[in-house]
Amino acid sequence: MSHLLKLENVRAYYVIKNRSSIKEVKAVDDVSLTLDESEIVGIVGESGCGKSTLTNVILMNIKPPLKFISGKVILWKDGKPIELNKLSRDRLKKEIWGREISIIPQFAMNALVPTYKVRRIITDIYKSHYETNSDEEYILNMAAKRFKELGLPEKVLNMYPFELSGGMKQRVIIAIATLMNPKLLVADEPTSALDVITQKMVLKTLLDIYHKGFIKSIIFVSHDIATVRQIATRLVVMYAGKIIEDGPVEEIISNPMHPYTKYLIRSVLTPERTTKRGEIVTVPGFPPDLSNPPSGCRFHPRCSYKRSRCLSDEPHMLKVNDKHYVACWLYS
Amino acid sequence: MLLKVENLTKIFESGFIRIRSLKAVDNVSFTINEGEVVSIVGESGSGKSTLAKMILRLLPPTSGRILYKGKDIWKDFKSSSDLKNYWREVHAVFQDPYSSFNPYVQVNRVLYQALKLIGINPKSEEGKRLIEESLTRVGLNPSDVLGKYPHQLSGGQRQRLMIARNWIIKPKLLIADEAVSMIDASMRGTIIKLLLEMRDVLGTSIIFITHDIGLAYHISDRILVMYRGKLIEEDTPDDIINNPKHEYTMKLIKSVPLLYKKWTFD
Repeated sequence: MSHLLKLENVRAYYVIKNRSSIKEVKAVDDVSLTLDESEIVGIVGESGCGKSTLTNVILMNIKPPLKFISGKVILWKDGKPIELNKLSRDRLKKEIWGREISIIPQFAMNALVPTYKVRRIITDIYKSHYETNSDEEYILNMAAKRFKELGLPEKVLNMYPFELSGGMKQRVIIAIATLMNPKLLVADEPTSALDVITQKMVLKTLLDIYHKGFIKSIIFVSHDIATVRQIATRLVVMYAGKIIEDGPVEEIISNPMHPYTKYLIRSVLTPERTTKRGEIVTVPGFPPDLSNPPSGCRFHPRCSYKRSRCLSDEPHMLKVNDKHYVACWLYS
Repeated sequence: MLLKVENLTKIFESGFIRIRSLKAVDNVSFTINEGEVVSIVGESGSGKSTLAKMILRLLPPTSGRILYKGKDIWKDFKSSSDLKNYWREVHAVFQDPYSSFNPYVQVNRVLYQALKLIGINPKSEEGKRLIEESLTRVGLNPSDVLGKYPHQLSGGQRQRLMIARNWIIKPKLLIADEAVSMIDASMRGTIIKLLLEMRDVLGTSIIFITHDIGLAYHISDRILVMYRGKLIEEDTPDDIINNPKHEYTMKLIKSVPLLYKKWTFD
């Protein structure tokens, strides 16, 4: 299997300058991740753990106050590795975004201009991101073809965003984002504002573009582990700006190693016999302040298994088996 | 019996020359007993929130009655003090913890308003004590939140504040309209526990409105399923999940993402 994307010890901080002080919020702190073609990776974690920042880092969409501190973001294009962190924003926009990696940002469906028809939105985006002087007819034909392939009615092109339901809007967004057949699609909480029935429809659309070969790989970011596991093949758990567990979905669900992952899985409220009715498990304590993260293992203030070592030393990624890794002192 | 809804219907009309009408709530009847947690489940647009607004007396029904302690809330309230009294006893927590606050005003105000509603001066000793007590109840440290502006608090903290407000008012009936859908999955349990605690400690009845039948399963004594404005099924959580009678209920259950089972996407 060929590599698609690799993050090496990436650090990206929000640098907030006050009159007297400089505050650094360590949203992504020493993250390494390798993604192969055909993987569907789910990134889970609570709000404020750095998931969304990580999606911006993957695209190298770095805008102040976010600052890329160190590390490498490598993308394989036609078999050759390119260091995205060395490209200018202009080149990223022309050569990478939309063509190689595409993103569906959080709340993207609220960003559709309400006074433009869907066709105008598509031609505008296409012209601003790809070819400035392309023929509108050509773009619209391409969009119509893609809509058909995804089971969206063609008449949607001539509708205004407010005429579409939430699920329909999100599917239009997916179609637009993947129009140029990027290798990797990054979807940040694409179903969080939708009800369960629409959510299933949107997940199906994501899988459709994957199975039809329009995209090679998906990174799916969500706080809801039960949703992510429906389509993901691999799960990456983030806590306080770091990856703490990484492995095949089925394995992590049935055998979570990190205490935080265990809590996360037990806190899911689903109507299953395995989860006892009325038994509500919660992660104790509060997420840490990332401008001043706890020493050692960042989860230690909330962890019931902590040892003295966890307070002082930061755990490294340990290999559980070929594909399953965990960063916790319990297993060393 | 605390609340009785009888043949409630709400028709929205739109348009000027060619009037289009939409039956948002269609002939709905149910009752809520004291200390009972009842979930109303349905997809977006099924009329759940319209129903909640009518019970909160924010939206008049087209026909039908809502009886609270035997009184019709739309006909039998004669004075503004009757109405104030009703809102003291029937209160709500809404979906969006971001838009429940005025961004320019310190969050203290939502607590001050609650105190004024029950006739206590927020500056008095008792007012201060009640604020402190209610914040501690919901797991907030008073010094962490008092004097802050909404943007300085997280979604979970804001939703806790809205619940703290309910601890001051101590309503008889609490309507939680999608109160946890915008909260992180790992935080949801905490917020739900806080709501259920109101029932356990104060005997508050709770109407829990949600699209997530999985959530409803865990917390309610009874589940009502709504579809296109109609009430289509009513049963205990176990019977609804294990033995759904209506086709739509089955579809709802099938759409809930499960942890230990992967969908087939047929």
